[in-house]
Amino acid sequence: MRKVWDIHGGIHPQQNKSQSNQHAIVSAGIPDQLIFPLSQHIGAPAAPIVEVGQRVLKGQTLAAAKGFVSVPVHASTSGEVIAIEQRVIPHPSGMTAPCIIVKPDGRDEWITLSGIGDFTTVEKSVLLKRIGDSGIAGMGGAGFPSAVKLSTRDDHNIETLIINGTECEPYITADDLLMRERADEIIEGSKILRHLINPAKEVLIGVEDNKPEAIAALQQAAEGSGIDIVPFPTKYPSGGEKQLIEILTGKEVPCGGLPADVGIVCQNIGTTVAIYRAVKFGEPLISRITTVTGYACKEQRNFEVLLGSPVSFLLDQCGFSQEDCTRLIMGGPMMGFTLENSDVPVVKTTNCLLAPTREEFPPPPPAQACIRCGMCAEACPVSLLPQQLYWFARGKEYEKLEAHNLMDCIECGACSFSCPSNIPLVQYYRASKADIRQQKQDNIKSDQSKLRFEARQQRLEREAIEKEAKRKARREKAHAASNDGSGKVDAVQAAIERARAKKEGQLSDPAQAAIEKAMARRSGTEATAPRDKASLEQAVASAEKRLASASEKLASAEQEGADTAAAFRVAVDKMTAKLEQAKTALTGFVEAPVTNTDSDPAQAAIARAMANRQTQENLSEGDKLEQTIASLEKRLLKARDKLTTAEAAGDDNASIMADAVTKLEGKLADANNQRANKA
Amino acid sequence: MIELINQHPFWSAIIALLILGFPFGALLGFAAIKFKTEGDPIADQIEELLPQTQCGQCSYPGCRPYAEAIANGEAINKCPPGGETTINALADLLDVEALPLDAEHGEESVKTVAFIREAECIGCTKCIQACPVDAILGAAKQMHTVIGSECTGCDLCVEPCPVDCIDMLPIETTAQSWSWNLPKPVEDIIATDAGTGVAA
Amino acid sequence: MALLKITSPHAHGPMSTARVMQLVMLATVPGVITLSYFFGLGVISNIIFACIVALLAESLVLILRKKPLQFYLGDCSALVTAILLGIAMPPGSPWWLIMVGVGFAILIAKHIYGGMGYNPFNPAMVGYVVLLISYPLEMTHWAAPLGSFEGSTPGLIDAFSALLFGHESVDAVTMATPLDLLKQNNSLLIDDLWLQNPQFGRWAGLGWEWANLAFLAGGLFLLSQRVFTWHAPISMLISLTIMSLFFYDNGSSASGGSPLFHLLSGATMFGAFFIVTDPVTSAVSNKGRIIYGASIGVLLYLIRSWGNYPDAIAFSVLLMNFAAPLLDYYTQPRTYGHQKKARNEGDGK
Repeated sequence: MRKVWDIHGGIHPQQNKSQSNQHAIVSAGIPDQLIFPLSQHIGAPAAPIVEVGQRVLKGQTLAAAKGFVSVPVHASTSGEVIAIEQRVIPHPSGMTAPCIIVKPDGRDEWITLSGIGDFTTVEKSVLLKRIGDSGIAGMGGAGFPSAVKLSTRDDHNIETLIINGTECEPYITADDLLMRERADEIIEGSKILRHLINPAKEVLIGVEDNKPEAIAALQQAAEGSGIDIVPFPTKYPSGGEKQLIEILTGKEVPCGGLPADVGIVCQNIGTTVAIYRAVKFGEPLISRITTVTGYACKEQRNFEVLLGSPVSFLLDQCGFSQEDCTRLIMGGPMMGFTLENSDVPVVKTTNCLLAPTREEFPPPPPAQACIRCGMCAEACPVSLLPQQLYWFARGKEYEKLEAHNLMDCIECGACSFSCPSNIPLVQYYRASKADIRQQKQDNIKSDQSKLRFEARQQRLEREAIEKEAKRKARREKAHAASNDGSGKVDAVQAAIERARAKKEGQLSDPAQAAIEKAMARRSGTEATAPRDKASLEQAVASAEKRLASASEKLASAEQEGADTAAAFRVAVDKMTAKLEQAKTALTGFVEAPVTNTDSDPAQAAIARAMANRQTQENLSEGDKLEQTIASLEKRLLKARDKLTTAEAAGDDNASIMADAVTKLEGKLADANNQRANKA
Repeated sequence: MIELINQHPFWSAIIALLILGFPFGALLGFAAIKFKTEGDPIADQIEELLPQTQCGQCSYPGCRPYAEAIANGEAINKCPPGGETTINALADLLDVEALPLDAEHGEESVKTVAFIREAECIGCTKCIQACPVDAILGAAKQMHTVIGSECTGCDLCVEPCPVDCIDMLPIETTAQSWSWNLPKPVEDIIATDAGTGVAA
Repeated sequence: MALLKITSPHAHGPMSTARVMQLVMLATVPGVITLSYFFGLGVISNIIFACIVALLAESLVLILRKKPLQFYLGDCSALVTAILLGIAMPPGSPWWLIMVGVGFAILIAKHIYGGMGYNPFNPAMVGYVVLLISYPLEMTHWAAPLGSFEGSTPGLIDAFSALLFGHESVDAVTMATPLDLLKQNNSLLIDDLWLQNPQFGRWAGLGWEWANLAFLAGGLFLLSQRVFTWHAPISMLISLTIMSLFFYDNGSSASGGSPLFHLLSGATMFGAFFIVTDPVTSAVSNKGRIIYGASIGVLLYLIRSWGNYPDAIAFSVLLMNFAAPLLDYYTQPRTYGHQKKARNEGDGK
């Protein structure tokens, strides 16, 4: 007999296992609907890879693992994906989460499976990938991805592989029955695990001594395999991973560490079988053994259930009476959680459905005051002081809670079980743990906020400084420039004067302006003379051109016999006069330098300009008159046209138009008279 | 010597004090240099406890100024985002009485995070300028969005928004973030609860 | 039926606070019978009247605090306090003495601090000490044990007469207790002291030795029922034994008395199993309880031998009640997976 150690504390609740372990495992069959939560394990939820309406086969991947700590989800029978939606999941909160809903077609059609015949010839990484791809997560309760757990780091020297067949919770017999009926598969699975882990010392299967049939079956199957079956005294919670390690090896997993830190890897019995089937036959994890028990069920037994089957589907097969049941528990009576409705599915970690009657589990009486009797401390498997933790939890003294190692609490419920005052200690610890975790997160966030705030403040400060610096630089530059010398000032002054001069020039007579311009030009170079000559020549050319076009127009007008011919004629005359003028100016200019070489050219220009003004004034008077007459004639013509059309149409405006025509006729007559007078 | 002292008690006292004064003064001076403390550590400790939302609801421009004000005697109950927890922690640190939250500065409410209804955002950048932790992303004439994980829920961006397109949404509980509440304390059982057989 | 949503565990053990208290009361029975046999039925009248006062006082407070009577009286804690105080007081105490003691214990020592579970000091012992200091004459008025004088111990009628009208109304014999005699002795060898006084029995005081053995039996019963752990009472008895062995001095005139004498005298066993084990006011961890019990043993001997009082269970227990939080702080057990005791609470506020 192998030496086993004892753990601190522990309790001996009523076993209540005989109700369900009398019958062999039966298949629960295919329900009407299967619900697959995307997160049935610890880690990132799987990502759906099927679409609504798609037909899926048994064993087909519905959702793929996302990230390293994650496992895929497989269809447990063939059928059609009818929805991907939020459904109530088996969780103490009773909240919803994304699920894939499959409607079975009843054909139960498998995908093509390929097993690995001899696992010893295959690379370990291939085996691990197979285990990961098969969606296997710890089936004892926590649901940690098995492939991750089995991927031990190289610096961990593993001595012992432990297969956990403890099943210490009352009522549950799923592992018990599995060991009795499928001991061979367990041993085979253990061999695969042994091959993967390669423990230096031993492979142990720990079983509580309240399962003699299971122990016998395992011992028979393990004959000659080198795997030790270790029975040990029944006590709750021996089945906790850390507790089992202490019982079997006497070692303690350090706080915050992994079993691998002390050279141990631990796997559950159910997980071992799942790994065996995944490796040997290529079957993904699509079913599990679940105990249905409690006196609200007429028949209490173990089922092989397709994952995703609704809880109600199982309960209906057991003669479940809703009237007698006060609470529906998924898991055991010590660590299981209550379900608020029975539509939630069976998932990878569902080892038991417990439907007790009111007599079995009466509603908890009101809690009394803690008398610090210490029964909880006597029961605590990790040597905490639950009564102290209770006081601190009530006072929300998180620092003291942490100093008293609240985070090492495994929430096994032994303290609440033994509390004579019925205090829901575990609830206090769960709430406090969540608060502490939240507080830590908040602290991280507040640190980050502080950093960001400070960074922002710095940035604003920097920007302000930069802006100030720029402004300063600009101001200095301006200042420096004004101090540079008087030149600049003079220039400004000059500009102002120029502007003023311009203004005055504009106001005064254009001739005056021309005179001034000319005077200003006096100081200019000789080069202006030829330039002026050129401009004069240009003026002559343009006048000639315009005269030509005007004559042309006049000719065509006369041909047509239009009224405008007279106006054109006047225009042509004017043009001819202009041309003449320009020509004289040109000849005058050409002659001037020759005749008055000594005299001031500007003076000459002045004289010329004055003469120009004179002629222009004389000319423009007659010209204006001519123009007026021409336009009046035009308007009269138009008005007469309009009058005739208005009269034809019988318009009311005809009389007004007639008035206008007479007025225009009068004006035209006046203008003609004036012309006659002038002439 | 003693006679001398007796004859001139006043002067001898002065001299004795001076003789004592020099070494002690030197000692104090030495200690001031040797054990010099950087900054104001109590303000640092206070700041550690504040929630760093930088919301200014305490009427100070940020958590640091409020921490400094507390260190100089300001009341500890002016931080609504921190609520009771922060007040208790501050009371603990400063060894003063924990006061109830000063309602004048707001009430403790559920944690929220700002959310911009993006269709309505006109890209005015006013919220970006208001955000104390630079948790809003965007540029002029471009749609803005809140970086949810960085938002402290301080509310400061809501008011400047000209089109009122910023909502403060309470942070929703999911199955992952859900947890049990603390049970109702034993003291809450009063005479009317007697015999109802319900857990406290 | 609607399904409950409650946290695990769903199963609950058989123990309840009321049951713990009832077991304690049950365990006092052999001791009470023995005391009654040797010192008369004054013990019974003490207990009965103390219980009545305790229930009335408790009810009064519960009504004032608007708490459900049935629920809180049902935990029997007031009765336990009353019974323990009734046993500790001299048999046949007058009604006013009992009323003052029990009233103080329930109203002041228990409920002023918040009621059951919140009291830092053992209420029965607080009541006892108040009486001992306030009424030293009445509190040292011990009846002579049967067999130490001619005649019989007070009967039921005498007991109730003493309760209602005081000791003067009853023609009872009183004598100094063996602890008093030992304390006052300064010239006789222990053996001579034994011979000269009829109050001494085979190992200790006549009657006292049997009463102590009866309380020991009751205590062992409670231990077997796992109402408390062995740590505090056993360590107290061991430390008392060691102290008395050390100062025994082979029975000289300066001797402090034999270990057996100390173990079976006064309230040693009653204190060890019914007072020291009070969980509310003692240390919480097992290691703490060992120190707590051992310190009580040492204090008990020190006060018995060199203090002003012949017996000192009440004083030693109250002194150690003061120290319990300190012990808790320094005796936190090693948690699974931790190398050393986690004691990083800092300033221990």
